[in-house]
Amino acid sequence: MGVFAHFGRYLLMLKGMFSKPENMKMYWKEFMRQCNDIGLGSLGIVAIISVFMGAVSAVQTAYQLVSPIIPQATIAQIVRDTVILEFAPTLICIVLAGVVGSKIASELGNMRVSEQIDALEIMGINTRAYLIAPKVIAAMLTIPMLVIFAAVLGIIGGRVAGSAAGIIAPSVFDKGLLQNFKAYNVVVAVVKGYAFAFVISTIPSYFGYYVEGGALEIGKASTRSVVVSCIALLGMDYLVSALLLQ
Amino acid sequence: MIETKDLKKGFGDKTVINGVTTTFNSGQCNLIIGTSGSGKTVLMKCLVGLFEPDEGSIIYDGRNFTEMTEEERKLLRQQIGMLFQGSALFDSQTVQQNVMFPLDMFTTLTYKQKLKKVNETLERVNLKDANHKFPSEISGGMKKRVGIARAIVLNPKFLFCDEPNSGLDPQTSLLIDKLIHEITVEYKITTVINTHDMNSVMEIGDHILYMYQGEKEWEGNKKEIIYSKNQKLNEFIFASEFLQDAKQMRMIEIEKGEK
Repeated sequence: MGVFAHFGRYLLMLKGMFSKPENMKMYWKEFMRQCNDIGLGSLGIVAIISVFMGAVSAVQTAYQLVSPIIPQATIAQIVRDTVILEFAPTLICIVLAGVVGSKIASELGNMRVSEQIDALEIMGINTRAYLIAPKVIAAMLTIPMLVIFAAVLGIIGGRVAGSAAGIIAPSVFDKGLLQNFKAYNVVVAVVKGYAFAFVISTIPSYFGYYVEGGALEIGKASTRSVVVSCIALLGMDYLVSALLLQ
Repeated sequence: MIETKDLKKGFGDKTVINGVTTTFNSGQCNLIIGTSGSGKTVLMKCLVGLFEPDEGSIIYDGRNFTEMTEEERKLLRQQIGMLFQGSALFDSQTVQQNVMFPLDMFTTLTYKQKLKKVNETLERVNLKDANHKFPSEISGGMKKRVGIARAIVLNPKFLFCDEPNSGLDPQTSLLIDKLIHEITVEYKITTVINTHDMNSVMEIGDHILYMYQGEKEWEGNKKEIIYSKNQKLNEFIFASEFLQDAKQMRMIEIEKGEK
């Protein structure tokens, strides 16, 4: 199957998600389950990565800024902007593409292979609307929140690491954080969060939903979905940056 | 009653079903038999709408399924129950939740009413004290029973069973066959069963359709199959010496019964 055929089927899958729910209560229940799985389920890994991401960013920035004419507060500014603009949305979403994406692909793939999707279809349920739409909406709701959460933790991580390593005093770091702060950068991070959430939820859903074969194919679909999601994510990262950071 | 008229389905250049015309009557177990690759599963998937036939029509109680809109199909599908080969139970849900799922989705009953209905249905399939178990915690036979319970909980008019006995021991297979037959007669359901199991053919085959290379090769009932002179059918059904002996014994039994 060619790339265009895959893309066409992907678009048809997206189109199929929009239909009147058979029972709104059941869709809501599924949506809440997905919010819990995607959002709360990823909170731990996002927290750990964010703290270390900020810490490493502070240490490496200090290592490269060796000139005495550059004020120390600049370290905080660089940490803040890199974390908000790039690390929190992109790095975290690449990790989420692995954690959440593989889970979505294998869950749907398993449902397809074990005929659970056929069982739902025969009951008269639009499986794209019931199984995929709640995942996409839940991802669009929770992933931007995770991005904000990651940015905050990343900056805290940078502050703690800077202080612990004796690179920058917490008060200087705090002062640097407020210098030349652009709220627009947060908007860019949130826009990236929404765009990445769409990629992370729809691409693995596509690979999982249309899996054919058995357990081996589920594994392959899961791997492929992560690879394609990461590539799409990087492409999307460039596109959003090029469009919004002119 | 379900009728198919000159049903055709192919994939690419390969024709898998070639002009099948038949009638599946209500209150009867209608069995589709045939070798692997003969088109049984594709025929069943066409009947339930998982595959679109290339030509021909499928008529449910006088309503042409092939010409229905998606909304009309959705409504009809609420009258269809299906038991899958691997039971297709939802892994993340308990037995009770699995059986309650169609009620949750398509009815406005209260939780108490739904629970009552679920317990009645589970009792009907002889499954008690399994409400809170997950599919991974129950045996293959129990999974089939749960699958049947989920398929009949909305009181369907049409029941489809894909290889209901696969992976089951002979004794459990007989129990599942008996259960499907009882339910079919009790609720006057049109039951269509796709099977390889010759025990099922001989026990519950009210109407048997033998498929060969995508075509209807033979049609009859469990009594007629014993006396059939169709060579392909005989080669398929009575493939071993043991089954040929069984056939002779059954013929003697039938003749004695008639005398």
